[in-house]
Amino acid sequence: MSTFDYAPAPESRAVVELRSSYGLFIDGAFVAPVDGAAFKTVNPATEEVLAEVAEGGLADVELAVKAARRAYTRTWSKMPGRERGKYLFRIARIVQERSRELAVLETLDNGKPIKESRDVDIPLVAAWFFHYAGWADKLDHAGYGPDPQPLGVCAQVIPWNFPLLMLAWKIAPALAAGNTVVLKPAETTPLTALLFAEICQQADLPPGVVNIVTGAGATGQALVEHAGVDKVAFTGSTEVGKQIARAVAGSHKKVTLELGGKAANIVFDDAPIDQAVEGIVRGVFFNQGHVCCAGTRLLVQESVADEVMRKLKRRVAALRLGDPMDKNTDIGAINSSAQLERIRTLAEVGESEGAQRWSPPCELPDHGFWFAPTIFTGVTQAHRIAREEIFGPVLSVLTFRTPKEALEKANNTPYGLSAGVWTDKGSRILWMAQHLRAGVVWANTFNNFDPASPFGGYKESGYGREGGRHGLEAYLDV
Amino acid sequence: MTTTAAGLADVTASGAALRRFLHGLPGVDQVGAEARAADLATRSIKTTAKAFAIDLAIQMIDLTTLEGMDTTGKVRALCAKGIRPDPSDPTTPSVAAICVYSDLVGVAKEALGSSGVRVAAVATAFPSGRASMAVKLADTADAVKAGADEIDMVIDRGAFLSGHYLDVFDEIVQVRAACGEGDGRAHLKVILETGELQTYDNVRRASWLAMLAGADFIKTSTGKIAPAATPPVTLVMLEAVRDFREATGRQVGVKPAGGIRTSKDAIRNLVLVNEIAGPDWLSPVWFRIGASSVLNDLLMQRAKLATGRYSGPDYFTID
Repeated sequence: MSTFDYAPAPESRAVVELRSSYGLFIDGAFVAPVDGAAFKTVNPATEEVLAEVAEGGLADVELAVKAARRAYTRTWSKMPGRERGKYLFRIARIVQERSRELAVLETLDNGKPIKESRDVDIPLVAAWFFHYAGWADKLDHAGYGPDPQPLGVCAQVIPWNFPLLMLAWKIAPALAAGNTVVLKPAETTPLTALLFAEICQQADLPPGVVNIVTGAGATGQALVEHAGVDKVAFTGSTEVGKQIARAVAGSHKKVTLELGGKAANIVFDDAPIDQAVEGIVRGVFFNQGHVCCAGTRLLVQESVADEVMRKLKRRVAALRLGDPMDKNTDIGAINSSAQLERIRTLAEVGESEGAQRWSPPCELPDHGFWFAPTIFTGVTQAHRIAREEIFGPVLSVLTFRTPKEALEKANNTPYGLSAGVWTDKGSRILWMAQHLRAGVVWANTFNNFDPASPFGGYKESGYGREGGRHGLEAYLDV
Repeated sequence: MTTTAAGLADVTASGAALRRFLHGLPGVDQVGAEARAADLATRSIKTTAKAFAIDLAIQMIDLTTLEGMDTTGKVRALCAKGIRPDPSDPTTPSVAAICVYSDLVGVAKEALGSSGVRVAAVATAFPSGRASMAVKLADTADAVKAGADEIDMVIDRGAFLSGHYLDVFDEIVQVRAACGEGDGRAHLKVILETGELQTYDNVRRASWLAMLAGADFIKTSTGKIAPAATPPVTLVMLEAVRDFREATGRQVGVKPAGGIRTSKDAIRNLVLVNEIAGPDWLSPVWFRIGASSVLNDLLMQRAKLATGRYSGPDYFTID
């Protein structure tokens, strides 16, 4: 060997014990679905079938909501906050203890690199439970008046991009506030939620406080439309979010929606260029671009555009795409063939609309679902790839001349979930943050998450906030 | 960089021009630079890649002794170790150079003979650099005359921090002239002492300043100040040499020194070189590691890879 080629460094999957089939987690136990329906979940990097998972129907949702109601009225809502907090602390610690197992399973089922599930997803899951465990006995001080009350039974439907982390974002604040939950994980990534159910058993969480009903769209619809549900929380596409908003309109249900995005990552000419390039890469290629707040529109000041693009292409060419279980992999697999198809279609639209497409030389594995990191230059606001959420590793590059133009272009989108600003000038960061219509504005960083910081959207990116003190409001009767 | 080789000729024409240029370099975001270095530290280098990295790291070592108590005996022992680091395994490569104070250059030169291991001498009132220009030049000339192949000079950090960039520039230019002429001249490594420069912006500016003045290598530290060669500092310097070559066509080497003690540290440095500057720098001609204790750890890891077993520290020589 004469060049520094990194030898394969695969994480062992022996730490995970996969069962051949999984039931629904209702009232503290795994049960078979009433009508016996099931579906398969595959490893998107290999197309290998990992397990068969129960498909919850109307009758199962009924049972789960009843169990959650029972647990709410008899146990959880009556329990003092400090006792609820103990359970949450216990869950957080077990997540840390079993972090390797959770990371490996997440990577197998989702396709994301082990580096990310190990260093980002699972540590944040633990952090979320720790954060809200601390709130459980301090709700009086959350700013919602003395002794704020929980809502009741929460229906929570989560996406496949951060399966366990989205579960934590939903379950931790709900339980801290005194609610019980029925959660439906995405049909392509149900396994870590089911392992989390085992963790609930291990933590002796009272039966019915957390119920996991696996299934596809119909299961989710049955859950959010169930009359026994007091609160609906959804993270996913704007299209489904609108359906949910219509379905619950006129009911007593409180709703929070965290939907799509088309975030602008804005690089000014005085930016720390090398770190901005890192931030662009992290913004759009992190988790294969399966991130609702991904910085998919790069707005770069014309005076530094050439330099930024040259450095960006060099950096993207150094990304390592391949086996997600390899510890040196930077870009993993696309989560499903359906998502891959959607990314391909939109990338073709970008080309046919006249934008210049670039990808580094990059060998894609034969099996599984893969898409090379892709950059479109010469994109204008009128291109579909500058307006529609692609949810894949595809960056659209636009340029601007003045801060005002950057701001106008950044805000000129139906979405408003996040934005990034890169400049050495503090006053410009503050000015941009004040005028950007986005729920999260990152300054000289991107895709950084913290349980203490609220997260949520403007416009078609949804409503309600998750995280921090603000995230409690969604689960309290205020 | 948007600068071109032609544009760079003017930037050292006056103190004001040099200052404008150095302050016009893009800033370094501390959090981002440290995060990138930490991310690259998670690269998992195993089996064949590890064997390659260990041998390359050994060949890049400037095996160093810079103590007041250095003697001819100590230097001779170090030279023997540098030529044949592991007497029990003749496939082990030699180190790149032996690094000593200038008065011991002759001893090292004689001990190393025709082994191919080079002699590096620290000069210019190392480590503080607090002496008159005449003394610094005499120190350099002395080492060159004694046969040093490489001169490790320190910059005047006081002048740099007070913004007298042109003074620092002139000093490097003069020391370089004292290194000799033509192909046989001693190579000049310029020590920035990044632990005293403190900010990454300063590290980037000092790197460019040294390269503009003709440095063959830029080196992080003397090893006498903590922190020395931290991964983010090395990263910023690797970005600087990469960008400098892009702007001028001239390639400059990088030498982190101080604080690199384990094989893991050394391999992480090679990952930084590979992914920041690029594979062109993966050679002892363009990257050196200034260290002493790291060598035995590399030898132990090398033996472990070859035999599958760890042997104790007593199986490796302590010179």
